[in-house]
Amino acid sequence: MAYLELNNICKNYHQADGETEVLSNINLQIEEGEFVAIVGFTGSGKTTLVNLINGLEKPTSGEVLFKGEPVLGTSHERGVIFQNYSLLPWLTVEQNVLMAVKEAFPKREKSVWKRKAAHYIDMVSLTPAIHKLPKELSGGMRQRVAVARALAMKPDMIIMDEPLGALDALTRGNLQDQILSIWEKDKRTALLITNDVDEGIYMADRIIPLRPGPNATLGPEFKIDLERPRNKTEMNDNPNFKKTRNAIIEYLMDIGDERKSESKEEFVLPELTPKDFVK
Amino acid sequence: MKATATLGKVSNFLGLGFFLTLKDLFTGKLQKEELKNFLRKTIVPLASILLFFGLWHLGAKSLYNIEADFKIEKALKDQGQTAAEALKACMASGDSSCQPNTLPSPSQVWSSFQSLLRDHNIISADKAAFAEKTAALNETRISEGKDAIVYTGRPSFVDQIYRSLQTVFAGFLLALFIAVPLGIFIGLSPTLKSAFNWFIQIFKPVSPVVWYLLVFMIVKTLLIGSADDSSFTISFISVGLCSMWATLVNTTMGVSSVDKDYVNVAKVLKLGTFQKIFKVILPSSLPLIFTGLKITLSVAWMVLIAIELLAQSPGLGLFVWEEFQNGANDSNAKIIVAMFVIGIIGFLLDRLMLTIQNWVSFDKTDAI
Ligand SMILES: Nc1ncnc2c1ncn2[C@@H]1O[C@H](COP(=O)(O)OP(=O)(O)OP(=O)(O)O)[C@@H](O)[C@H]1O
Ligand SMILES: [Mg+2]
Repeated sequence: MAYLELNNICKNYHQADGETEVLSNINLQIEEGEFVAIVGFTGSGKTTLVNLINGLEKPTSGEVLFKGEPVLGTSHERGVIFQNYSLLPWLTVEQNVLMAVKEAFPKREKSVWKRKAAHYIDMVSLTPAIHKLPKELSGGMRQRVAVARALAMKPDMIIMDEPLGALDALTRGNLQDQILSIWEKDKRTALLITNDVDEGIYMADRIIPLRPGPNATLGPEFKIDLERPRNKTEMNDNPNFKKTRNAIIEYLMDIGDERKSESKEEFVLPELTPKDFVK
Repeated sequence: MKATATLGKVSNFLGLGFFLTLKDLFTGKLQKEELKNFLRKTIVPLASILLFFGLWHLGAKSLYNIEADFKIEKALKDQGQTAAEALKACMASGDSSCQPNTLPSPSQVWSSFQSLLRDHNIISADKAAFAEKTAALNETRISEGKDAIVYTGRPSFVDQIYRSLQTVFAGFLLALFIAVPLGIFIGLSPTLKSAFNWFIQIFKPVSPVVWYLLVFMIVKTLLIGSADDSSFTISFISVGLCSMWATLVNTTMGVSSVDKDYVNVAKVLKLGTFQKIFKVILPSSLPLIFTGLKITLSVAWMVLIAIELLAQSPGLGLFVWEEFQNGANDSNAKIIVAMFVIGIIGFLLDRLMLTIQNWVSFDKTDAI
């Protein structure tokens, strides 16, 4: 039995204009210690999928099994890094992380909690900013606090919803390495949602595309057979990498085209002639 | 240096930025491009203040003339030429016994203000003397288990202000302790929200007078047989009930509209109810709660005057009412003094709340 199992998941949302099926017939298995990436277009239902797995939402039909047990609500066994950091702005870095530490280690002394929090903050090299409020941090630093907070829950599985989406390329690369090294240290199971194919290939063991919604389903999976630790520059010359990358991108382009041709609406441009401003 | 900082703080608190600009002008720090700003921020408010007093002065003068002409004509008709001449002379001499009773001029108001302060000093001295005189006697009375003798003379204007502030703060605290917890409860549950909605909608617009009457009915019965003066209790409870609605509505709204992301964080971290309320929901709705409290305080101050007047509870409201009833020749001026005092205190209270709000809010830009 897989560590995490999604069986025939469908998710509907009620909206003003009726009910839309955002996700339909999702099947996914993740093994213990695996690092899986899901790539998809914006609005395809990636966050919805994440919320189903971490227990914030319930599927309309189908079941989510974690370690063989149905997921009924949130649990500290599944740590989440939210898409928009979701740090509590009125708490300092330390206090934000402490909230997670207290959940993972209830009934401990305050000094133990503080030590644990300091440990996780140090792990993402934020010790100098430990007493700062989120608004005093840069985007990358906030993201690292979110990582520290998710890790501080001591989750068995870590779910990341586009954790690096809002960052510039350099910071992104840096944080990717940080996340990977933390993951490799104790081989937790990881699910990464991303919109960057290269990021998926660099970090994951498997990449699964999510076809655009409504009625989004998972596409065929792509195995990444690259040795770890991976090196970005070397990877670029690896024929295996190139092949996988091209295959994924081609697949995504195809479904992108499909989506475009689905919208039949045509826009007729108004007949305008440029005005002659110089007289 | 320190003085400048204090001045800056004070004038920022009062929202009177032009004080600083004025200072810059004299210390030669003002740049040319700031001149326009300076004009707008300093000259325009000063000019408008002058204009206000000028118009007031002229208006008071013309009202005075209308009233005076009418009086003289009446005297002429009823009592003949000599009486009219005498009245005219009396008015011209500035004798207070025959002044027409109308809108007082700024200078009259100012002198009334000074006389009120003088009166306060006299009463304070009187009180101190009384306390000194009765000190020994009171000690023996207390040791014998009797009540001490207290000063029962007329309260001064400043005492009235002080009493009004006490009433308004008591009412405000009552509103705070009812509306905030209630608002949190209602906001947390959609069921309670729909259960309470009609209640809030109906009672919110009820006028202070009606609240006073309601509280009067209840408190009078509850305090039956007690010798204490219940007017203070009645007026502060009325003020609280009257003003709490803005806080109730805002707290409910703040609590029920906490950002979904924060609620999700609370769920993922599996916070208990207590932690969830105090660590997530309250801090995130604090800006809205404070906006509500700010409105509550200003409403409380506004209705206070009417309620004190009805409840015959000592304070500015009663002061205004008594002066109006009194009809002495400087009564009108005293009423205008009270009007300014009420306005200025209301403004300061508002500023105070804004400062506290900025101080407790996590996001400084949120404060309105
Ligand atoms: N609570 C909700 N109620 C109704 N519709 C929703 C809700 N949450 C999401 N949706 C809809 O579901 C679809 C998928 O949303 P979702 O947030 O999962 O997309 P996403 O893939 O995470 O997008 P992005 O890459 O921009 O984060 C969208 O069309 C959205 O409008
Ligand atoms: Mg998303």
